[in-house]
Amino acid sequence: MNGEITAGAPGVMARAAAAGEEPSDDFRREVGGHADESGGDMCAASGKVLSVREAGHRYGDRFGCRGVSFDLWPGEVLAVVGESGSGKSTLLGLLSARLSTDEGSVRCQTSGGELTELATLSEREVRRLWRTDWGFVHQNAADGLRMHVSAGGNVGEPLMANGWRHYGQIRARAAEWLERVEIPAHRMDETPATFSGGMRQRVQIARNLVFGPRLVFMDEPTSGLDVSVQARLLDLIRSLVADLGLAVVIVTHDLAVARLISHRTLVMKDGQVIEHGLTDRVLEDPQAAYTQLLVSSILKG
Amino acid sequence: MYVAVKGGEKAIENAHALLAKRGSGQERVTAQQISEQMGVLVSRVMNEGSLYDPELAAKALLQAQGDVLEAITLLRSYRTTLPRFGVTAALDTGALPPERRISATFKDIPGGQQLGATFDYTHRLLAEELHTPEVPAAQGEAAEAMPRVTDLLGRSALVEPDHPQDWADPEPGDLTREPATFPMSRAERLQALARGDEGFLLSLGYSTQRGFGNTHPFAGEVRIGEIEVLFEAPEIGHEVPIGRIEVTECQMVNQFVGSAEKPPQFTRGYGLSFGRAERKAMSMALVDRALRAAEFGERAVSPAQDEEFVISHCDNVQATGFVEHLKLPHYVDFQAELVLLRQLGAEFGQSTDGRASNDPD
Amino acid sequence: MGGQAMTLTDQRPASEPRIVYNEGYLDEQTKRAIRRALLKGVAIPGFQVPFASREVPMPRGWGTGGVQVTASIIGPEDLLKVIDQGADDTTNAVSIRQFFERVAGSASTTHTEQATIIQTRHRIPETPLAAGQTIVYQVPIPEPLRFLEPRETETRRLHALEEYGLMYVKLYEDIARYGHIAKTYDYPVRVNGRYIMAPSPIPSFDNPKMHMSPALQLFGAGREKRIYAVPPFTSVESLGFEDHPFEPQSFERPCQICGSEGVYLDEVITDDAGGAMFVCSDTDYCARTSSGTSTEGAPQ
Repeated sequence: MNGEITAGAPGVMARAAAAGEEPSDDFRREVGGHADESGGDMCAASGKVLSVREAGHRYGDRFGCRGVSFDLWPGEVLAVVGESGSGKSTLLGLLSARLSTDEGSVRCQTSGGELTELATLSEREVRRLWRTDWGFVHQNAADGLRMHVSAGGNVGEPLMANGWRHYGQIRARAAEWLERVEIPAHRMDETPATFSGGMRQRVQIARNLVFGPRLVFMDEPTSGLDVSVQARLLDLIRSLVADLGLAVVIVTHDLAVARLISHRTLVMKDGQVIEHGLTDRVLEDPQAAYTQLLVSSILKG
Repeated sequence: MYVAVKGGEKAIENAHALLAKRGSGQERVTAQQISEQMGVLVSRVMNEGSLYDPELAAKALLQAQGDVLEAITLLRSYRTTLPRFGVTAALDTGALPPERRISATFKDIPGGQQLGATFDYTHRLLAEELHTPEVPAAQGEAAEAMPRVTDLLGRSALVEPDHPQDWADPEPGDLTREPATFPMSRAERLQALARGDEGFLLSLGYSTQRGFGNTHPFAGEVRIGEIEVLFEAPEIGHEVPIGRIEVTECQMVNQFVGSAEKPPQFTRGYGLSFGRAERKAMSMALVDRALRAAEFGERAVSPAQDEEFVISHCDNVQATGFVEHLKLPHYVDFQAELVLLRQLGAEFGQSTDGRASNDPD
Repeated sequence: MGGQAMTLTDQRPASEPRIVYNEGYLDEQTKRAIRRALLKGVAIPGFQVPFASREVPMPRGWGTGGVQVTASIIGPEDLLKVIDQGADDTTNAVSIRQFFERVAGSASTTHTEQATIIQTRHRIPETPLAAGQTIVYQVPIPEPLRFLEPRETETRRLHALEEYGLMYVKLYEDIARYGHIAKTYDYPVRVNGRYIMAPSPIPSFDNPKMHMSPALQLFGAGREKRIYAVPPFTSVESLGFEDHPFEPQSFERPCQICGSEGVYLDEVITDDAGGAMFVCSDTDYCARTSSGTSTEGAPQ
């Protein structure tokens, strides 16, 4: 039952997103109320990329985030919005195995296709996920790039980490990706240290997509950039995500970013999920008082 | 025919003879004179040589012609060959009757403050000749107990205890006998710091005071005195005194704002050194506390808070050896680089020639 | 001088020497600890084994790791050869050789094929090593990833997980920039298909000699407190790309003293007008080649 919809969903979803259309209701999966919890668990090969249940991370006796539940499917972009201190970055750390799951469960799809509890993976397996399945785009490019290694070297590194040993092929693939993110070919051998902020983010995106991940985490990838650069970068991310059928979790404080790029939105406050639903619904018809406040504040601004 | 560095043997021999001549002087100073009149220097050599033996330290200084790091190296490379019989019991510095004891945190403390032999309030005026004034005999009162300031604070839980509650008193480890890897235990770190270069630790400690990893320190207590060393001999079955050593101890008391797990409480940095070595003990305490950043969930962004950086570079025997090894011949590697550089130069020449010829002008 | 404990100068009467050194300098316990580290190193080729490196009577960085390894394996029947930059008579080689003559009573040789143990800094002799011989390398920086990643905790993890992408980034950057790999010494190798290892700062010219060598190769890094090893007949592959394989440096000219070709040469400056001659860096090889053949007198 669920399987049929899943199999067809990513492509349609992606096409719809690329065309700037709203995906039809058939492809919306409402999981905010955990309605499909039992069904989802029984259906092991459901194709979910992430399945999160009541997950939380604790700092001492205080939870950075708690009680988070959702599923993420291929081709789906989930925005996590909230003010600073709302727990959204903690959630991202938790999902990406950088922080421990102290409560609940986070399961991710591994190479076999089945969902595996993140906490049970060894360090070797987690690092393998980072090499082959997951990307992470940092807010600050310096955290995600080697600033004094050439753009080509930065994009080629994940390939070399995955065992590529043919210079010509590595370089050709890196060049192809740099072109895709609109870095001029003649700047391939220059280092990101000499690039503008927008270019650095694009190199970072290329480095994270070159090895064909299925899930990409993004932490405020466009904040800190000029508005015009932001818009162009968001456009690029949106088309890449659609073309590749990627699942994305993007953390942002900016509702406009969520609106442009995501299918679903999860609103956080004080470490809790306040509201969760299709992005258009959340933004046009916010249910929680806090979300209403957030939405009205950007409308005013 | 050119002869490359031939006659190395003869050259070394001659160099050693010349060195000995440069250090011989009119009249030999004795090791005893050195250890009596340059006690602070001897303390430094003992600390960084990690061997308590004023006589050997003085000999090493003489043999090294006053080169402190050379003397430390001599002492260390002798120390490492000595067989180990066992370890002593932990020193009880609270019971130590100090010759000097000061606290910057309380005006009046049980046992009182005692300046002792210190340069602190001397006027740094260069003297033509040195005099030895009479030292008045101590006032009659019986020596009052001098509990450690941190123990006084500890009773009201204002300062962290000197060991955690569920502490099993583990063997402290020995960096000179067992391979050490990062991250280290605090005991191993303290051993490394105790052997560490005074100047390096001083600068690092200073850097924390200037904001590179500030720990808000107060000199809770500095005390210097002689203390009995007890050794538990398995053959005898109880602890026996094996002698007295002079030590300097510094307990820094540091502000701490508390975290989710811990209430706000003063924390500590600890320094202990052989002989009179106050600057070393204080620097060590500052750096010890800075290195505990992770333990207290503090943001670690400064050099003094970085265990690998501090511990890997504080040993001056290693540092001086590696810096000075640049004097050794590197002909082979240099030749390899020379060949490469010529090749790159030629390639560069070709490519610029190419560019130039493409240029219509 | 071997056989008895050695006494250094002391002012006390000869009857009660204060300063006494053990036979062979290191105490027996330490030798055993180092031998254990060596055995572990041999068992896991290319893996850096931490050991509690001792102070030895020469400065750190001057071969203290090599000295500790040699001191732990040398016996009365051994013939020791010590070279620095390929030469037996450079001052540091002489100093180390004298040290062992003094503390271990070992016999020395300059002949590569006669030596049972060869301690070296920066070269592998030109004369091929044979089964039964041991070569001890002095290592300044044992971590091949050190200049790419300064943290020990991180490099240890990279080795454990066999994550060597970073190493190839360095090679990639060279090719992108110069058109070829621009590393001429301490050229990284992969040992037995597993660990990436620093061969110590030998020129890349010498790298091929390590591959499938019949000799036992031991590496000691005293200051950095690491020991590692390559057992005899083990593959040692210099890193490269399929389309840009490793190429050892080579010299196009022969030695101007002995006339040998395909050997590593030292460039010797002969005047202040740019004059130079190229001679063997391996002094033993050069001396015996030139005495064994009738050379027509080297120029100049």
